Amino acid sequence: MKYIDDTVVMKRMKSRLQINKFWKAIFFIATSLALFALVILLVRILSQGTGYLNWDFFSNFGSRFAEKAGIKAALIGSIYLMLVIAPVSMILGVGTAIYLEEYAKKNKFTDFIQMNISNLAGVPSIVFGLLGLTIFARMLFLGKSILAAGLTMSLLILPVIIVAAQEAIRAVPKEQREASYGMGATKWQTITRVVLPAAIPGILTGSILALSRAVGETAPLVVLGIPVILQFLPDSLLSEFTTLPLQIYDWAKRPQEEFQYVAAAGIIVLMALLVIMNSIAIFIRNKFQKRY
Amino acid sequence: MVDLMIKNSDETKVKSPKQAVSKLKNTIEKKTVFGTKNFNLWYGSHHALKDIQLDIKENDVTAIIGPSGCGKSTYIKALNRMVELVPIVKTSGEINYRGRNIFESSYEVEELRTKVGMVFQKPNPFPKSIYDNIAYGPRIHGIKNKKILDEIVEKSLRGAAIWDEVKDRLNQNAYGLSGGQQQRICIARCLAIEPDVILMDEPTSALDPISTLKVEELVQELKDNYSIIIVTHNMQQAARISDKTAFFLNGEVVEFDYTDKIFSTPRDGRTEDYISGRFG
Amino acid sequence: MASQGLEKEQSVQQLIAQSRNKKGKKIVEKLMPLILIITALISVLTTIGIVFTLIFETFEFFQRVSITDYLFGTEWLPFSGSEPLYGVLPLVLGTLKVSVIAACVAVPLGIAAAIYLSEYASDKTRRIVKPILEVLAGVPTIVYGFFALTFVTPLLQQLIPSLKIFNALSPGIVVGIMILPMIASLSEDAMSSVPNSIREGALALGATKLEVSLKVVLPAALSGIVSSVVLAVSRAIGETMIVSLAGGATPTFEFNVTGSIQTMTAYIVQVSSGDAGYGTTIYYSIYAVGFTLFIFTLLMNLLAQYISKRFREEY
Repeated sequence: MKYIDDTVVMKRMKSRLQINKFWKAIFFIATSLALFALVILLVRILSQGTGYLNWDFFSNFGSRFAEKAGIKAALIGSIYLMLVIAPVSMILGVGTAIYLEEYAKKNKFTDFIQMNISNLAGVPSIVFGLLGLTIFARMLFLGKSILAAGLTMSLLILPVIIVAAQEAIRAVPKEQREASYGMGATKWQTITRVVLPAAIPGILTGSILALSRAVGETAPLVVLGIPVILQFLPDSLLSEFTTLPLQIYDWAKRPQEEFQYVAAAGIIVLMALLVIMNSIAIFIRNKFQKRY
Repeated sequence: MVDLMIKNSDETKVKSPKQAVSKLKNTIEKKTVFGTKNFNLWYGSHHALKDIQLDIKENDVTAIIGPSGCGKSTYIKALNRMVELVPIVKTSGEINYRGRNIFESSYEVEELRTKVGMVFQKPNPFPKSIYDNIAYGPRIHGIKNKKILDEIVEKSLRGAAIWDEVKDRLNQNAYGLSGGQQQRICIARCLAIEPDVILMDEPTSALDPISTLKVEELVQELKDNYSIIIVTHNMQQAARISDKTAFFLNGEVVEFDYTDKIFSTPRDGRTEDYISGRFG
Repeated sequence: MASQGLEKEQSVQQLIAQSRNKKGKKIVEKLMPLILIITALISVLTTIGIVFTLIFETFEFFQRVSITDYLFGTEWLPFSGSEPLYGVLPLVLGTLKVSVIAACVAVPLGIAAAIYLSEYASDKTRRIVKPILEVLAGVPTIVYGFFALTFVTPLLQQLIPSLKIFNALSPGIVVGIMILPMIASLSEDAMSSVPNSIREGALALGATKLEVSLKVVLPAALSGIVSSVVLAVSRAIGETMIVSLAGGATPTFEFNVTGSIQTMTAYIVQVSSGDAGYGTTIYYSIYAVGFTLFIFTLLMNLLAQYISKRFREEY
């Protein structure tokens, strides 16, 4: 006696194949929906904002009147902010990564630092704002300055940079280190002359991506009380300043419809800045693909 | 010292008095570069090297053979303390380089490695230009003079018999070269600091037969100026290029003698089994 | 050759010996690990800073407001001059409403997209789609907030006339779009790390791709998928700008999603952009709320880590 009746199997096979096709379509639609959302978002913002993009928009300061509003102070402020975040977060992040990958012994303390980093990555950005408000703005008297905001943002993206740098350092084959040690090189010589040069593309790519996250970040700056409408440019690290996302936030909140278009124009500038940064990151990644 | 050596050669149980005399003569004439005494090594709880006794002589090519996992690579990596890169390694006993125990706490590992160069299993040039690869060693040791560096680079590349192949493209990345060329670049890089001893850890295992031949020829040339210790899984290679051969098994030295002796009349049954291909 | 080599040997090794005497090298060798460990401790200090900041300021807050009123009160009216009320539940409910809506959008779509990318899509499609998802994940939240307020809300209002300008639905959906790439991409990683041999075993028995995906791959990758969902929801809870722009500033303890709400994050933003003076109860209240938020997200993150560690499949 046969347990399996071929005719029944074949009959059921048809419906099973159809169910498979049906669900494949569903999965495909789900994937497309995500992409579709991005398309709508971009089209919508471009159509709203392009009309407001002109030279005045770049050369004017913020204003109560939509037609006079510009992003000069915000754009310059965002760039200044980056100039603080980039060195601070990279020195701390790469230093931590070198320590963890090259020096740290496998023990509880190292595990603790590592676990701490992954938990820090999950802390909401607004909580970093509260940290910055207490420590940098009040305790260190940095107020609403570029420095206070830059330090806060550096800590915010620090975990991302550490993890990216760790991955880049780990990707350098151990044979490379052995070759260097075999020549009588010290540990630090091996790190600076062999490991870091090979890991730098990966570190830079990760850091630029993290930096672009900081540039688009708003919440911690709101908590720090960074002003939105400024009629002057910052002249030192301790000056007050404003940034693109804050400026956009302010415009988006306003009830007048014209400000929506101004906000959209600001978003175009912000997104353009991010696209440029991401392109640089991708360029570095492709150009210096590892050769081992 | 001499006393010890005689005792050592006693252990090899020479068959004829004539042989004994020639061996003794040789032992006394050639200086010992690496004297290993009661050396033990553990990876965690795994006893990888057991009571190793080996005297390696100046300007010899010493081959170390044995099946995989026998400890031959571990031993050669102990000679420049490269094993210490594995954090769980523990050692006991002595390895004396030119009469000084390298595991002495005052012995700077960097100083040792400047004298004892190493060529690895897989070619591992740095992703830098050929020139920078060769100049790496001298530079880390503080030689910055461009003229001296130029000289060292040329001499090292010539020494590794690869100068003619790369002299026109010293500024190109070493990864553009073939595997065999890369390995000779690595040998040249090692020569650049003019070491006393060159350790080679299965240097041809990743190479094609023609590249292997070139490296073997190179080893023959280098032995005039350097003492060479080469680990190989290829017995023919050991027979072709070495003066002396040590056979390792399960972390112990089963037999250490002149290569022709090991391959013609091994003393130990296990050596014979291995050499005749019965295991390994 | 031999004699020339010998000369050179001496000179190179001599040069090396000369520069060996320099002290600087040794100091650097000793100093650098110390400097590096200090940089590594900064990340620990950051955590300590966050925890202590929140604890101290929250403690100050509880000097003025009773902790039971805070934890169990259903009215959040800090700005009512005569008798302010600090019951955090409306803020928590607002946050949960948005997060649940976001999860309802992002979990099915994200997992479906992950299945499509990992099991059905060609290599080429995957190589195009994954970077686009990364772009979606890189869009600043302020842009999503603007999108929710000016596009999604008006669109939804045409479908649901009773929908207010500020509501939970629109920011919920948009937060869902924001966390979707995270779920899709992490789940796809988990599914594509299921070895092909397991798939082939089922396919060789005549199973369809769907059956393999749902009955073989999905269970094997479940821990990765679940932890990606938990992480994404934690991100939704901490999301600030979308809910500040499109959610409103009316903390209510009601379960409908069409009216104005306020989340924990939006409250902190509201106070920060206003003029709550340093030292007032309102000022300290943002730390209490921040602390509550921190606890929520920390627990979620620990849960995600636990799931992915505890239930990791070993192949």
